[in-house]
Amino acid sequence: MIEVDVSHRQGGFHLEAAFKGGDGITALFGPSGSGKSTLIALIAGLRRPERGRIVAGDRVLLDTEARVFVRRNRRRIGLVFQDALLFPHLTVRQNLLFGRLFTPRAERRIRLDPVVETLGIGALLDRRPATLSGGERQRVAFGRALLASPRLLLMDEPLAALDQARKAEVLPLIERLRDEFRIPILYVSHAVEEVARLAATVVMLEAGKVTAVGAPADVLRPVRQVDGNRFAVASVLAGTVGAFDTAYGMTPVHHPAGTIWLSGPLGEEGRETRLVVRGTDVALATSLPRNVTIRTALSGTVLRVLRDDGPLASVDVALSGGGVLTAVATRMGLDDLGLDTGDRVWALIKSVAVDERTAARGGMDGEGPRGPRRV
Amino acid sequence: MLDLSDDAWTAIALSVRIAGIATLASLPFGIAVALLLARGRFPGKMLVDGIVHLPLVLPPVVTGYVLLLLFGRRGPLGSFLADHFGIVLSFRWTGAALAGAVMSFPLMVRAIRLSLEAVDPRLEAAAGTLGAGRIATFFLVTLPLALPGVLVGSVLAFAKALGEFGATITFVSNIPGETRTIAAAIYTATQTPDGDAEALRLTVVAVVIALSALVVSEFLQRRATARVRATA
Repeated sequence: MIEVDVSHRQGGFHLEAAFKGGDGITALFGPSGSGKSTLIALIAGLRRPERGRIVAGDRVLLDTEARVFVRRNRRRIGLVFQDALLFPHLTVRQNLLFGRLFTPRAERRIRLDPVVETLGIGALLDRRPATLSGGERQRVAFGRALLASPRLLLMDEPLAALDQARKAEVLPLIERLRDEFRIPILYVSHAVEEVARLAATVVMLEAGKVTAVGAPADVLRPVRQVDGNRFAVASVLAGTVGAFDTAYGMTPVHHPAGTIWLSGPLGEEGRETRLVVRGTDVALATSLPRNVTIRTALSGTVLRVLRDDGPLASVDVALSGGGVLTAVATRMGLDDLGLDTGDRVWALIKSVAVDERTAARGGMDGEGPRGPRRV
Repeated sequence: MLDLSDDAWTAIALSVRIAGIATLASLPFGIAVALLLARGRFPGKMLVDGIVHLPLVLPPVVTGYVLLLLFGRRGPLGSFLADHFGIVLSFRWTGAALAGAVMSFPLMVRAIRLSLEAVDPRLEAAAGTLGAGRIATFFLVTLPLALPGVLVGSVLAFAKALGEFGATITFVSNIPGETRTIAAAIYTATQTPDGDAEALRLTVVAVVIALSALVVSEFLQRRATARVRATA
């Protein structure tokens, strides 16, 4: 639970942001240079803004008008950096317990054992950070921040320095931390899959301004022509996990508009899950095609077509039974089919393109997405 | 093997004691000044930096004479220390330690400052967000990470203080058993007829002590560096 309203100038850059984060994970989403990391530094107390007010829970951390500035070591705001930043001269155990040393006894609500168990770092306790892999370091960094029993956990692109396999390993841990230790998390990222999967609320930042706040499904959808990184357009679909088909190694996820088939087991049947579908992985058809290998076809109606003179267009499809799926298509393809608002369509999704476990895929990491815009 | 006279042994013991005390006593100041120069932002920083380095570039005799003026019996600091604390530095071995400390101070500060500047300030920020205040952060994070530099600086200072001659002889003279260090003893031997053998023996001793100090420091530094290697 955090309320932020700050104004900060730095060189030619002007950050002017106000938002509220609730329970669970709030994502700060936006391209590089949009002010995400500055905002994190202001909340953690690493920098002092020109003007503003920051409240965490019932504690005022900053109020320039009332001349309140709580120093970083008194804020009790945990911070996980992109590159872990463990103390190299201390063992993993000493790193983990560092913050506890400075936490008043009455406020030490998070204990070592459950954290070590959740993060799976029991075997690493006596080792030094230099001997750990990137994923292991980041897990220890989560633990270190948690064990100071913070009011709020800030995560500044915690997966950005990890490769795909490590991301897939660390991402579910963040969800477990959120659920098991009931700690609100402010999560900074420019990877749409991470944000779509983790966040309850997305705060979209662009050029130092908050341009949208809301649920991932609403905020991540483009409301204008796709003019930036088309790979950053994604939709979030909620569904129920079905029974694993052992013969083909596929798992169905049931959605009112149809069944989405994913490769591999997804765990417990009947579990609610959220899938991230990139706009570039969705094709549209006006009738249910017979002769394709794609197994997933969701029915819906065209809600909105965003196009201009460029080659690409984005199409929002209102799925039967709720939810909106965005497809990125070529203007040529849309004209050939004569698609327009209100038409019935089938949205085809390649099973191999969707993975509940994947955080982000190659192509996303270099440039920040500039797709979703709200002006 | 080395047939050393009692006087020579006295000079050796005195030298080691003087250099050791000089190093230990100046270490807290060395760390403080290095921290000030590495992290501080204040007007006159260049001047402080210059003053710290002055003994490195001034003729040692000048430094010794300045010490004599300041800390001599009638000097402003010397009379103050003598009147209020009963500490007399001039023509005492403690004065030799002061001269050694002043002469080796630039080397010590330089080494410590470099290692402090190499500490990632974001590690200190991390300590801050974990609840550590400035002092705790310094002693738990900054100083341990700068430890290799502190060791190197200390050994350099020790070796420098051990060989200090010009400032020492000017400030505290060359009194056997009180201020006659190895360097002064060698000088005395060379001024004495048939003193060549004594001078040579003491020279070998000086080389052995200095070399051992360097080897020990190298060893300690490797261990310390291995511990803090690769900012994780």
